[in-house]
Amino acid sequence: MDYLVRFVQVHESFRRAELEALADLHNIKLDVVNYQSNYPYCLVRLQSEAAARLLISRSILGQGIYELWGIGTSYEELHEDVRRRSGHKWSEFRTCSFRFSVVGFQYKMKTSEQRKIIESFSYLDFEGPIVMANADTEFFVFQEHDLSVEIPRMLYLCRFIANSDRDVITKYDLKKRHYISTTSMDSELALVTANMAQAAPGKMFFDPFVGTGSFPIACAHFGARSIGSDIDGRSIRGKPTCNLMSNFTQYALTGRWLDGFVSDLTNTPLRLDRVLDGIVCDPPYGVREGLKVLGTKDGSGTEAVYIDGKLAHLQEGYIPPKRPYSFEAMLDDILDFAARTLVDSGRLAMWMPTANDEDVEFAIPTHECLEIVSICVQPFNKWSRRLLTYRRLGGVAVPAATKTSKRSNGTGIHADDLNSFRKKVRDCAALYSNGILTR
Amino acid sequence: MKILTLNFLTCARKTCKSSPAAFPLHPRDAELEIVETEFNALFIQNILPRVEWDALKGLCTELGLTNVPPEAPEPKELFDTSIKSAGIDEKEKEPTQLTRDLHNLLLETTIQSGKLVCGNCGHEYAIKEGIANFLLPSHMV
Repeated sequence: MDYLVRFVQVHESFRRAELEALADLHNIKLDVVNYQSNYPYCLVRLQSEAAARLLISRSILGQGIYELWGIGTSYEELHEDVRRRSGHKWSEFRTCSFRFSVVGFQYKMKTSEQRKIIESFSYLDFEGPIVMANADTEFFVFQEHDLSVEIPRMLYLCRFIANSDRDVITKYDLKKRHYISTTSMDSELALVTANMAQAAPGKMFFDPFVGTGSFPIACAHFGARSIGSDIDGRSIRGKPTCNLMSNFTQYALTGRWLDGFVSDLTNTPLRLDRVLDGIVCDPPYGVREGLKVLGTKDGSGTEAVYIDGKLAHLQEGYIPPKRPYSFEAMLDDILDFAARTLVDSGRLAMWMPTANDEDVEFAIPTHECLEIVSICVQPFNKWSRRLLTYRRLGGVAVPAATKTSKRSNGTGIHADDLNSFRKKVRDCAALYSNGILTR
Repeated sequence: MKILTLNFLTCARKTCKSSPAAFPLHPRDAELEIVETEFNALFIQNILPRVEWDALKGLCTELGLTNVPPEAPEPKELFDTSIKSAGIDEKEKEPTQLTRDLHNLLLETTIQSGKLVCGNCGHEYAIKEGIANFLLPSHMV
Protein backbone atom coordinates (compact mmCIF):
# COMPACT_ATOMS: atom_id res chain seq x y z
CA MET A 1 0.00 0.00 0.00
CA ASP A 2 1.17 3.51 -0.75
CA TYR A 3 1.08 6.17 1.92
CA LEU A 4 2.05 9.79 1.99
CA VAL A 5 4.10 11.19 4.85
CA ARG A 6 3.72 14.92 5.25
CA PHE A 7 6.90 16.39 6.68
CA VAL A 8 7.52 19.81 8.14
CA GLN A 9 9.73 21.97 6.00
CA VAL A 10 12.51 22.37 8.61
CA HIS A 11 15.61 20.30 9.41
CA GLU A 12 15.24 18.72 5.96
CA SER A 13 18.26 16.45 6.18
CA PHE A 14 16.95 14.87 9.41
CA ARG A 15 13.50 13.90 8.14
CA ARG A 16 14.15 10.74 6.19
CA ALA A 17 16.74 9.54 8.73
CA GLU A 18 14.20 9.93 11.54
CA LEU A 19 11.54 8.03 9.62
CA GLU A 20 13.97 5.20 8.88
CA ALA A 21 15.14 5.05 12.51
CA LEU A 22 11.50 4.71 13.63
CA ALA A 23 10.74 2.03 11.02
CA ASP A 24 13.76 0.07 12.24
CA LEU A 25 12.71 0.51 15.88
CA HIS A 26 9.19 -0.77 15.23
CA ASN A 27 10.30 -3.49 12.80
CA ILE A 28 8.25 -1.92 10.04
CA LYS A 29 9.18 -2.65 6.45
CA LEU A 30 9.53 0.79 4.91
CA ASP A 31 10.15 1.48 1.23
CA VAL A 32 10.64 5.12 0.37
CA VAL A 33 9.22 5.43 -3.14
CA ASN A 34 9.78 9.11 -3.66
CA TYR A 35 11.42 11.64 -1.38
CA GLN A 36 13.03 14.96 -2.12
CA SER A 37 14.44 17.19 0.57
CA ASN A 38 12.94 20.39 -0.83
CA TYR A 39 9.33 19.15 -0.75
CA PRO A 40 7.23 18.15 2.25
CA TYR A 41 5.49 15.10 0.75
CA CYS A 42 7.19 11.74 0.85
CA LEU A 43 5.69 8.69 -0.82
CA VAL A 44 6.27 5.44 1.08
CA ARG A 45 5.16 1.83 0.76
CA LEU A 46 4.02 0.05 3.94
CA GLN A 47 2.37 -3.25 4.78
CA SER A 48 -0.75 -1.89 6.47
CA GLU A 49 -2.58 1.07 7.91
CA ALA A 50 -1.58 -0.13 11.38
CA ALA A 51 2.08 0.07 10.35
CA ALA A 52 1.47 3.60 9.06
CA ARG A 53 -0.04 4.67 12.39
CA LEU A 54 2.81 3.12 14.35
CA LEU A 55 5.45 4.64 12.11
CA ILE A 56 4.19 8.20 12.49
CA SER A 57 3.14 7.88 16.15
CA ARG A 58 6.37 9.24 17.63
CA SER A 59 7.74 11.15 14.67
CA ILE A 60 8.78 14.74 15.36
CA LEU A 61 9.61 15.95 11.86
CA GLY A 62 6.59 14.31 10.25
CA GLN A 63 3.23 16.04 10.61
CA GLY A 64 1.01 13.18 9.66
CA ILE A 65 0.49 10.16 7.46
CA TYR A 66 -2.14 9.69 4.75
CA GLU A 67 -3.39 6.90 2.54
CA LEU A 68 -2.65 7.74 -1.08
CA TRP A 69 -5.77 7.79 -3.27
CA GLY A 70 -4.24 9.36 -6.32
CA ILE A 71 -1.26 11.21 -7.68
CA GLY A 72 -0.67 13.28 -10.82
CA THR A 73 1.03 16.28 -12.32
CA SER A 74 -2.28 17.76 -13.52
CA TYR A 75 -5.89 17.46 -12.32
CA GLU A 76 -6.80 15.29 -15.35
CA GLU A 77 -3.99 12.91 -14.46
CA LEU A 78 -4.93 12.99 -10.77
CA HIS A 79 -8.63 12.19 -11.42
CA GLU A 80 -7.65 9.35 -13.70
CA ASP A 81 -5.26 7.94 -11.09
CA VAL A 82 -7.88 8.28 -8.32
CA ARG A 83 -10.34 6.22 -10.40
CA ARG A 84 -7.78 3.55 -11.11
CA ARG A 85 -6.04 3.41 -7.73
CA SER A 86 -8.84 3.84 -5.21
CA GLY A 87 -12.12 3.16 -7.06
CA HIS A 88 -12.66 0.03 -4.93
CA LYS A 89 -12.46 2.05 -1.70
CA TRP A 90 -15.11 4.67 -2.45
CA SER A 91 -18.07 2.63 -1.27
CA GLU A 92 -16.46 2.08 2.14
CA PHE A 93 -16.69 5.81 2.84
CA ARG A 94 -20.01 6.51 1.12
CA THR A 95 -22.09 7.19 4.19
CA CYS A 96 -19.69 8.43 6.89
CA SER A 97 -19.27 12.12 7.66
CA PHE A 98 -16.35 13.68 5.88
CA ARG A 99 -14.35 16.80 5.24
CA PHE A 100 -12.34 17.88 2.22
CA SER A 101 -9.39 20.28 2.41
CA VAL A 102 -7.06 21.69 -0.19
CA VAL A 103 -3.54 22.53 0.94
CA GLY A 104 -1.05 24.35 -1.23
CA PHE A 105 2.69 24.14 -0.75
CA GLN A 106 4.44 27.37 -1.79
CA TYR A 107 1.11 28.45 -3.25
CA LYS A 108 -1.88 30.39 -1.93
CA MET A 109 -5.40 29.68 -3.15
CA LYS A 110 -8.58 31.69 -3.02
CA THR A 111 -11.56 30.02 -1.37
CA SER A 112 -13.36 29.99 -4.70
CA GLU A 113 -10.46 28.14 -6.29
CA GLN A 114 -10.42 25.61 -3.45
CA ARG A 115 -14.15 25.06 -3.80
CA LYS A 116 -13.75 24.40 -7.52
CA ILE A 117 -11.07 21.80 -6.83
CA ILE A 118 -13.16 20.08 -4.15
CA GLU A 119 -16.21 20.00 -6.42
CA SER A 120 -14.18 18.40 -9.18
CA PHE A 121 -14.06 15.27 -6.98
CA SER A 122 -17.87 14.97 -6.89
CA TYR A 123 -17.62 11.66 -8.83
CA LEU A 124 -16.47 10.03 -5.56
CA ASP A 125 -20.18 10.20 -4.81
CA PHE A 126 -20.00 10.51 -1.02
CA GLU A 127 -23.44 10.78 0.53
CA GLY A 128 -22.43 11.33 4.17
CA PRO A 129 -22.75 14.73 5.87
CA ILE A 130 -19.99 17.26 5.38
CA VAL A 131 -18.69 18.42 8.77
CA MET A 132 -15.85 20.77 9.56
CA ALA A 133 -14.91 19.39 12.99
CA ASN A 134 -14.43 15.76 14.02
CA ALA A 135 -15.43 14.26 10.72
CA ASP A 136 -15.22 10.47 10.46
CA THR A 137 -12.89 10.78 7.50
CA GLU A 138 -10.79 13.61 6.22
CA PHE A 139 -9.58 13.96 2.67
CA PHE A 140 -6.79 16.23 1.54
CA VAL A 141 -5.76 17.52 -1.82
CA PHE A 142 -2.11 18.49 -1.63
CA GLN A 143 -1.03 20.85 -4.35
CA GLU A 144 2.76 21.09 -4.51
CA HIS A 145 4.39 24.00 -6.31
CA ASP A 146 7.92 25.09 -6.98
CA LEU A 147 8.55 28.52 -5.52
CA SER A 148 6.71 31.25 -7.49
CA VAL A 149 5.56 28.86 -10.22
CA GLU A 150 1.83 28.98 -11.04
CA ILE A 151 1.54 25.47 -12.43
CA PRO A 152 1.58 22.74 -9.79
CA ARG A 153 4.49 20.33 -9.70
CA MET A 154 2.58 17.45 -8.17
CA LEU A 155 -0.95 16.78 -6.93
CA TYR A 156 -2.09 14.22 -4.39
CA LEU A 157 -5.46 13.07 -3.11
CA CYS A 158 -5.16 11.37 0.28
CA ARG A 159 -7.18 10.07 3.17
CA PHE A 160 -5.95 11.20 6.59
CA ILE A 161 -4.77 8.40 8.88
CA ALA A 162 -2.88 9.82 11.85
CA ASN A 163 -0.96 12.76 13.20
CA SER A 164 2.60 12.60 14.47
CA ASP A 165 3.89 13.35 17.97
CA ARG A 166 5.00 16.81 16.90
CA ASP A 167 2.78 18.63 19.40
CA VAL A 168 5.03 17.56 22.27
CA ILE A 169 7.67 20.02 21.12
CA THR A 170 5.72 22.76 22.89
CA LYS A 171 5.38 20.64 26.03
CA TYR A 172 9.17 20.41 26.32
CA ASP A 173 9.83 23.95 25.10
CA LEU A 174 12.95 25.37 26.76
CA LYS A 175 11.13 28.65 27.42
CA LYS A 176 8.83 26.84 29.80
CA ARG A 177 11.48 24.57 31.35
CA HIS A 178 12.51 25.66 34.83
CA TYR A 179 16.15 24.64 34.67
CA ILE A 180 18.22 25.24 31.54
CA SER A 181 21.67 26.53 30.65
CA THR A 182 23.21 28.41 27.72
CA THR A 183 23.79 25.26 25.68
CA SER A 184 20.60 23.26 26.38
CA MET A 185 19.41 21.52 23.21
CA ASP A 186 16.07 22.80 21.93
CA SER A 187 13.21 20.42 22.50
CA GLU A 188 12.56 19.61 18.84
CA LEU A 189 16.10 18.47 18.08
CA ALA A 190 16.49 16.75 21.45
CA LEU A 191 13.39 14.67 20.65
CA VAL A 192 14.69 13.95 17.14
CA THR A 193 18.00 12.84 18.66
CA ALA A 194 16.14 10.48 21.00
CA ASN A 195 14.29 9.07 17.98
CA MET A 196 17.54 8.53 16.05
CA ALA A 197 18.95 6.66 19.03
CA GLN A 198 15.68 4.67 19.28
CA ALA A 199 14.90 5.47 22.91
CA ALA A 200 12.01 3.23 24.01
CA PRO A 201 10.43 1.65 27.10
CA GLY A 202 12.68 -0.78 28.94
CA LYS A 203 15.90 0.66 27.55
CA MET A 204 18.80 2.18 29.43
CA PHE A 205 20.45 5.31 28.02
CA PHE A 206 23.48 7.37 28.96
CA ASP A 207 24.46 10.97 28.31
CA PRO A 208 28.11 11.67 29.20
CA PHE A 209 27.67 15.47 28.89
CA VAL A 210 24.29 15.68 30.56
CA GLY A 211 24.30 19.37 31.52
CA THR A 212 20.71 20.24 32.41
CA GLY A 213 19.36 16.98 30.98
CA SER A 214 17.80 17.94 27.63
CA PHE A 215 18.56 14.54 26.08
CA PRO A 216 17.56 12.32 29.02
CA ILE A 217 14.27 14.23 29.20
CA ALA A 218 13.61 13.59 25.50
CA CYS A 219 14.53 9.91 25.95
CA ALA A 220 12.24 9.74 28.98
CA HIS A 221 9.37 11.07 26.88
CA PHE A 222 9.75 7.98 24.70
CA GLY A 223 9.94 5.69 27.74
CA ALA A 224 13.67 5.08 28.15
CA ARG A 225 15.50 5.47 31.45
CA SER A 226 18.76 7.36 31.58
CA ILE A 227 21.85 7.97 33.60
CA GLY A 228 23.94 11.03 32.97
CA SER A 229 27.28 12.43 33.93
CA ASP A 230 28.99 15.76 33.57
CA ILE A 231 32.44 17.03 34.50
CA ASP A 232 30.76 20.07 36.03
CA GLY A 233 28.80 18.93 39.07
CA ARG A 234 27.08 22.27 39.41
CA SER A 235 24.91 21.55 36.38
CA ILE A 236 23.62 18.31 37.91
CA ARG A 237 23.19 19.65 41.45
CA GLY A 238 21.75 23.04 40.47
CA LYS A 239 19.92 24.68 43.36
CA PRO A 240 17.77 22.92 45.95
CA THR A 241 14.51 23.60 44.12
CA CYS A 242 15.81 23.96 40.60
CA ASN A 243 18.06 21.21 39.29
CA LEU A 244 18.28 18.34 36.86
CA MET A 245 15.88 16.23 38.90
CA SER A 246 13.32 19.04 39.13
CA ASN A 247 13.15 19.10 35.31
CA PHE A 248 11.95 15.50 35.39
CA THR A 249 9.49 16.40 38.14
CA GLN A 250 8.13 19.22 35.98
CA TYR A 251 7.20 16.72 33.26
CA ALA A 252 6.15 13.95 35.68
CA LEU A 253 8.94 11.71 34.37
CA THR A 254 10.90 11.25 37.62
CA GLY A 255 10.82 7.45 37.34
CA ARG A 256 12.81 7.61 34.13
CA TRP A 257 15.80 9.42 35.57
CA LEU A 258 18.12 6.88 37.15
CA ASP A 259 21.14 8.81 38.38
CA GLY A 260 23.48 11.66 37.66
CA PHE A 261 27.08 11.65 38.76
CA VAL A 262 30.08 13.91 38.33
CA SER A 263 32.76 12.44 36.10
CA ASP A 264 34.98 12.97 33.09
CA LEU A 265 34.51 10.72 30.05
CA THR A 266 38.26 10.18 29.70
CA ASN A 267 38.30 8.83 33.27
CA THR A 268 34.84 7.33 33.42
CA PRO A 269 33.73 5.24 36.39
CA LEU A 270 31.31 3.26 34.22
CA ARG A 271 32.06 -0.43 33.96
CA LEU A 272 33.21 -0.97 30.37
CA ASP A 273 30.77 -3.77 29.60
CA ARG A 274 28.03 -3.99 27.03
CA VAL A 275 25.27 -2.58 29.24
CA LEU A 276 23.83 0.48 27.44
CA ASP A 277 21.03 0.51 24.86
CA GLY A 278 21.84 3.98 23.68
CA ILE A 279 24.15 6.95 24.11
CA VAL A 280 22.98 10.45 23.26
CA CYS A 281 25.25 13.43 23.59
CA ASP A 282 26.16 16.92 22.51
CA PRO A 283 29.82 17.15 23.48
CA PRO A 284 31.20 20.58 24.40
CA TYR A 285 32.60 22.17 21.23
CA GLY A 286 35.02 24.24 23.27
CA VAL A 287 33.62 27.61 22.20
CA ARG A 288 30.76 28.63 24.44
CA GLU A 289 31.65 26.03 27.04
CA GLY A 290 35.16 24.86 27.79
CA LEU A 291 36.28 21.44 26.61
CA LYS A 292 38.26 20.12 29.53
CA VAL A 293 39.34 16.85 31.03
CA LEU A 294 41.03 15.96 34.29
CA GLY A 295 44.75 16.67 34.59
CA THR A 296 47.08 19.66 34.49
CA LYS A 297 48.16 21.69 31.44
CA ASP A 298 51.89 21.32 32.06
CA GLY A 299 51.84 17.77 33.40
CA SER A 300 52.65 18.95 36.94
CA GLY A 301 50.81 17.78 40.01
CA THR A 302 52.04 14.21 39.92
CA GLU A 303 52.33 14.09 43.70
CA ALA A 304 49.51 14.11 46.22
CA VAL A 305 49.07 17.45 47.94
CA TYR A 306 48.70 17.71 51.70
CA ILE A 307 47.11 20.60 53.51
CA ASP A 308 47.77 20.65 57.26
CA GLY A 309 48.91 17.05 57.05
CA LYS A 310 45.68 15.88 55.36
CA LEU A 311 45.25 14.79 51.76
CA ALA A 312 43.90 17.84 49.95
CA HIS A 313 41.78 15.88 47.47
CA LEU A 314 39.76 14.26 50.24
CA GLN A 315 38.80 17.59 51.80
CA GLU A 316 35.47 19.31 51.45
CA GLY A 317 35.34 21.73 48.53
CA TYR A 318 38.36 20.30 46.70
CA ILE A 319 38.35 21.18 42.99
CA PRO A 320 40.53 18.92 40.85
CA PRO A 321 42.66 20.62 38.19
CA LYS A 322 41.48 20.39 34.58
CA ARG A 323 43.22 20.91 31.28
CA PRO A 324 41.97 21.77 27.78
CA TYR A 325 41.51 18.84 25.45
CA SER A 326 41.28 18.31 21.71
CA PHE A 327 37.79 18.03 20.26
CA GLU A 328 38.88 15.39 17.75
CA ALA A 329 40.40 13.31 20.51
CA MET A 330 37.17 13.65 22.50
CA LEU A 331 35.14 12.37 19.53
CA ASP A 332 37.42 9.34 19.27
CA ASP A 333 37.05 8.77 23.01
CA ILE A 334 33.26 8.86 22.70
CA LEU A 335 33.28 6.33 19.86
CA ASP A 336 35.63 4.05 21.74
CA PHE A 337 33.47 4.32 24.84
CA ALA A 338 30.33 3.59 22.78
CA ALA A 339 31.95 0.53 21.17
CA ARG A 340 32.74 -0.86 24.62
CA THR A 341 29.45 -0.12 26.35
CA LEU A 342 26.64 -0.41 23.76
CA VAL A 343 24.74 -3.66 23.35
CA ASP A 344 24.51 -5.14 19.84
CA SER A 345 22.48 -2.76 17.64
CA GLY A 346 22.60 -0.17 20.40
CA ARG A 347 22.86 3.34 19.03
CA LEU A 348 25.04 6.38 19.54
CA ALA A 349 23.55 9.72 18.49
CA MET A 350 26.12 12.47 18.75
CA TRP A 351 26.30 16.10 17.66
CA MET A 352 29.43 17.64 16.23
CA PRO A 353 30.12 21.08 14.76
CA THR A 354 31.77 21.87 11.47
CA ALA A 355 32.76 25.20 9.96
CA ASN A 356 30.73 25.97 6.83
CA ASP A 357 33.61 26.74 4.48
CA GLU A 358 35.64 23.72 5.49
CA ASP A 359 32.85 21.19 5.39
CA VAL A 360 35.20 18.48 4.21
CA GLU A 361 37.88 19.28 6.75
CA PHE A 362 36.17 17.93 9.83
CA ALA A 363 36.27 14.24 9.07
CA ILE A 364 33.45 12.16 10.43
CA PRO A 365 34.94 9.96 13.12
CA THR A 366 34.71 6.24 12.51
CA HIS A 367 35.18 3.09 14.53
CA GLU A 368 35.44 -0.53 13.38
CA CYS A 369 32.69 -1.63 15.78
CA LEU A 370 30.26 1.14 14.80
CA GLU A 371 28.34 1.51 11.58
CA ILE A 372 27.28 5.00 10.52
CA VAL A 373 23.49 5.01 10.13
CA SER A 374 22.86 8.62 9.24
CA ILE A 375 24.51 12.02 8.99
CA CYS A 376 22.18 15.00 9.34
CA VAL A 377 23.22 18.62 8.99
CA GLN A 378 21.77 21.67 10.71
CA PRO A 379 23.16 24.73 8.91
CA PHE A 380 23.57 28.05 10.71
CA ASN A 381 24.73 31.34 9.31
CA LYS A 382 28.48 31.00 9.80
CA TRP A 383 28.76 27.38 10.79
CA SER A 384 26.79 24.20 10.91
CA ARG A 385 26.54 21.15 13.08
CA ARG A 386 25.81 17.54 12.37
CA LEU A 387 23.95 14.82 14.15
CA LEU A 388 25.80 11.55 13.64
CA THR A 389 24.03 8.30 14.36
CA TYR A 390 25.96 5.05 14.76
CA ARG A 391 24.85 1.49 15.33
CA ARG A 392 26.92 -1.00 17.35
CA LEU A 393 27.70 -3.95 15.11
CA GLY A 394 27.21 -7.41 16.51
CA GLY A 395 30.04 -9.91 16.76
CA VAL A 396 32.89 -7.41 16.54
CA ALA A 397 35.17 -7.20 19.55
CA VAL A 398 36.84 -3.91 20.43
CA PRO A 399 40.48 -4.19 19.32
CA ALA A 400 42.82 -3.71 22.27
CA ALA A 401 44.88 -1.13 20.42
CA THR A 402 42.12 1.42 19.74
CA LYS A 403 42.67 3.05 23.10
CA THR A 404 45.65 4.93 21.65
CA SER A 405 43.92 7.63 19.67
CA LYS A 406 44.56 7.91 15.94
CA ARG A 407 44.90 11.66 16.15
CA SER A 408 46.90 13.86 18.46
CA ASN A 409 45.65 12.73 21.82
CA GLY A 410 45.25 16.20 23.20
CA THR A 411 48.65 16.95 24.62
CA GLY A 412 48.83 20.59 23.47
CA ILE A 413 48.63 23.31 26.06
CA HIS A 414 46.27 25.97 24.75
CA ALA A 415 42.64 25.40 23.84
CA ASP A 416 43.10 26.99 20.39
CA ASP A 417 45.95 24.62 19.46
CA LEU A 418 43.82 21.66 20.40
CA ASN A 419 40.59 22.57 18.76
CA SER A 420 40.51 23.71 15.16
CA PHE A 421 36.80 24.51 15.35
CA ARG A 422 37.28 26.82 18.30
CA LYS A 423 40.21 28.49 16.51
CA LYS A 424 38.11 28.98 13.37
CA VAL A 425 35.29 30.64 15.32
CA ARG A 426 37.67 32.89 17.20
CA ASP A 427 39.66 33.88 14.09
CA CYS A 428 36.42 34.70 12.37
CA ALA A 429 35.25 36.82 15.31
CA ALA A 430 38.57 38.70 15.24
CA LEU A 431 38.14 39.52 11.55
CA TYR A 432 34.71 40.97 12.26
CA SER A 433 35.87 43.06 15.20
CA ASN A 434 38.78 44.43 13.14
CA GLY A 435 36.37 45.48 10.42
CA ILE A 436 37.96 43.19 7.83
CA LEU A 437 34.72 41.25 7.41
CA THR A 438 31.23 42.69 7.66
CA ARG A 439 28.11 40.80 8.60
CA MET B 1 22.46 6.90 43.88
CA LYS B 2 20.51 3.78 43.10
CA ILE B 3 21.76 0.27 43.81
CA LEU B 4 21.36 -0.49 40.10
CA THR B 5 23.67 2.38 39.08
CA LEU B 6 26.28 1.17 41.59
CA ASN B 7 26.33 -2.14 39.75
CA PHE B 8 27.56 -0.32 36.65
CA LEU B 9 30.34 1.65 38.37
CA THR B 10 33.97 0.86 39.04
CA CYS B 11 36.90 2.98 40.13
CA ALA B 12 37.47 5.86 37.68
CA ARG B 13 41.25 5.44 37.66
CA LYS B 14 42.59 3.93 34.45
CA THR B 15 45.08 1.83 36.40
CA CYS B 16 42.22 0.22 38.34
CA LYS B 17 39.99 -0.61 35.34
CA SER B 18 41.64 -3.98 34.74
CA SER B 19 41.73 -4.99 38.39
CA PRO B 20 38.90 -7.24 39.60
CA ALA B 21 39.24 -5.66 43.07
CA ALA B 22 38.04 -2.29 41.69
CA PHE B 23 34.51 -3.61 41.13
CA PRO B 24 32.17 -3.17 42.83
CA LEU B 25 33.00 -0.07 44.84
CA HIS B 26 32.48 -0.52 48.57
CA PRO B 27 30.05 1.80 50.31
CA ARG B 28 31.15 3.38 53.57
CA ASP B 29 29.05 5.42 56.04
CA ALA B 30 26.17 5.04 53.60
CA GLU B 31 22.85 6.64 54.44
CA LEU B 32 20.08 4.75 52.65
CA GLU B 33 16.73 6.07 51.63
CA ILE B 34 13.80 4.50 49.81
CA VAL B 35 12.59 6.74 46.99
CA GLU B 36 9.47 5.40 45.32
CA THR B 37 9.56 5.34 41.58
CA GLU B 38 7.55 4.22 38.55
CA PHE B 39 7.51 0.41 38.19
CA ASN B 40 8.33 -1.02 34.80
CA ALA B 41 8.69 -4.78 34.53
CA LEU B 42 10.07 -4.56 31.00
CA PHE B 43 12.99 -2.49 32.24
CA ILE B 44 13.75 -5.03 35.00
CA GLN B 45 13.58 -7.82 32.43
CA ASN B 46 15.97 -6.05 30.05
CA ILE B 47 18.42 -4.90 32.68
CA LEU B 48 18.66 -8.13 34.66
CA PRO B 49 21.12 -9.93 32.33
CA ARG B 50 23.43 -6.91 32.52
CA VAL B 51 23.59 -6.94 36.33
CA GLU B 52 26.70 -8.56 37.83
CA TRP B 53 24.90 -10.67 40.41
CA ASP B 54 27.82 -11.54 42.70
CA ALA B 55 28.76 -7.87 42.92
CA LEU B 56 25.15 -7.01 43.75
CA LYS B 57 25.03 -9.64 46.51
CA GLY B 58 28.32 -8.42 47.98
CA LEU B 59 27.18 -4.82 47.93
CA CYS B 60 23.86 -5.62 49.58
CA THR B 61 25.60 -7.61 52.32
CA GLU B 62 27.82 -4.61 53.02
CA LEU B 63 24.78 -2.35 53.16
CA GLY B 64 22.89 -4.76 55.40
CA LEU B 65 20.19 -5.49 52.82
CA THR B 66 19.05 -9.07 53.05
CA ASN B 67 16.35 -9.40 50.39
CA VAL B 68 18.66 -10.47 47.55
CA PRO B 69 18.06 -13.84 45.87
CA PRO B 70 21.23 -16.00 46.02
CA GLU B 71 21.19 -16.56 42.26
CA ALA B 72 20.25 -14.18 39.45
CA PRO B 73 16.57 -14.84 38.68
CA GLU B 74 15.69 -16.51 35.38
CA PRO B 75 13.64 -14.43 32.92
CA LYS B 76 10.69 -16.81 33.34
CA GLU B 77 10.53 -16.06 37.07
CA LEU B 78 9.73 -12.42 36.38
CA PHE B 79 6.24 -12.98 35.02
CA ASP B 80 3.36 -15.01 36.33
CA THR B 81 2.82 -17.86 33.93
CA SER B 82 0.22 -19.70 36.01
CA ILE B 83 -2.66 -17.89 34.35
CA LYS B 84 -2.27 -19.75 31.12
CA SER B 85 -4.50 -18.29 28.52
CA ALA B 86 -3.59 -18.27 24.89
CA GLY B 87 -3.35 -14.92 23.15
CA ILE B 88 -2.22 -12.94 26.18
CA ASP B 89 -0.13 -10.07 24.98
CA GLU B 90 3.54 -9.81 26.01
CA LYS B 91 2.74 -6.47 27.59
CA GLU B 92 -0.17 -7.77 29.63
CA LYS B 93 1.79 -10.47 31.44
CA GLU B 94 1.48 -10.09 35.18
CA PRO B 95 4.84 -9.38 36.90
CA THR B 96 5.60 -11.52 39.94
CA GLN B 97 6.32 -10.32 43.47
CA LEU B 98 9.98 -11.12 42.75
CA THR B 99 10.01 -8.50 39.97
CA ARG B 100 8.50 -5.94 42.34
CA ASP B 101 11.09 -6.79 44.98
CA LEU B 102 13.87 -6.39 42.43
CA HIS B 103 12.40 -3.03 41.44
CA ASN B 104 12.38 -1.99 45.08
CA LEU B 105 15.99 -3.10 45.57
CA LEU B 106 17.54 -1.88 42.33
CA LEU B 107 15.61 1.30 41.62
CA GLU B 108 14.06 2.49 44.87
CA THR B 109 16.88 1.87 47.34
CA THR B 110 19.26 4.80 47.09
CA ILE B 111 22.40 5.97 48.85
CA GLN B 112 21.81 9.59 49.82
CA SER B 113 25.22 10.25 51.29
CA GLY B 114 28.40 8.42 52.13
CA LYS B 115 31.52 7.25 50.39
CA LEU B 116 32.43 4.70 47.75
CA VAL B 117 35.80 3.08 48.21
CA CYS B 118 37.86 1.31 45.55
CA GLY B 119 38.99 -2.12 46.69
CA ASN B 120 42.14 -1.85 44.59
CA CYS B 121 43.62 1.58 45.24
CA GLY B 122 41.62 2.62 48.28
CA HIS B 123 40.51 5.94 46.78
CA GLU B 124 37.31 7.33 48.24
CA TYR B 125 34.56 8.95 46.18
CA ALA B 126 32.04 11.10 48.04
CA ILE B 127 28.27 10.87 47.56
CA LYS B 128 26.34 13.99 48.54
CA GLU B 129 22.60 14.45 48.11
CA GLY B 130 22.57 11.27 46.07
CA ILE B 131 25.14 12.54 43.55
CA ALA B 132 28.55 10.87 43.48
CA ASN B 133 31.69 12.71 42.51
CA PHE B 134 34.18 10.69 40.45
CA LEU B 135 36.59 13.49 39.60
CA LEU B 136 40.21 12.60 40.32
CA PRO B 137 43.09 14.76 41.53
CA SER B 138 45.84 15.23 38.95
CA HIS B 139 48.24 12.69 40.45
CA MET B 140 45.67 9.93 39.91
CA VAL B 141 44.84 10.73 36.28
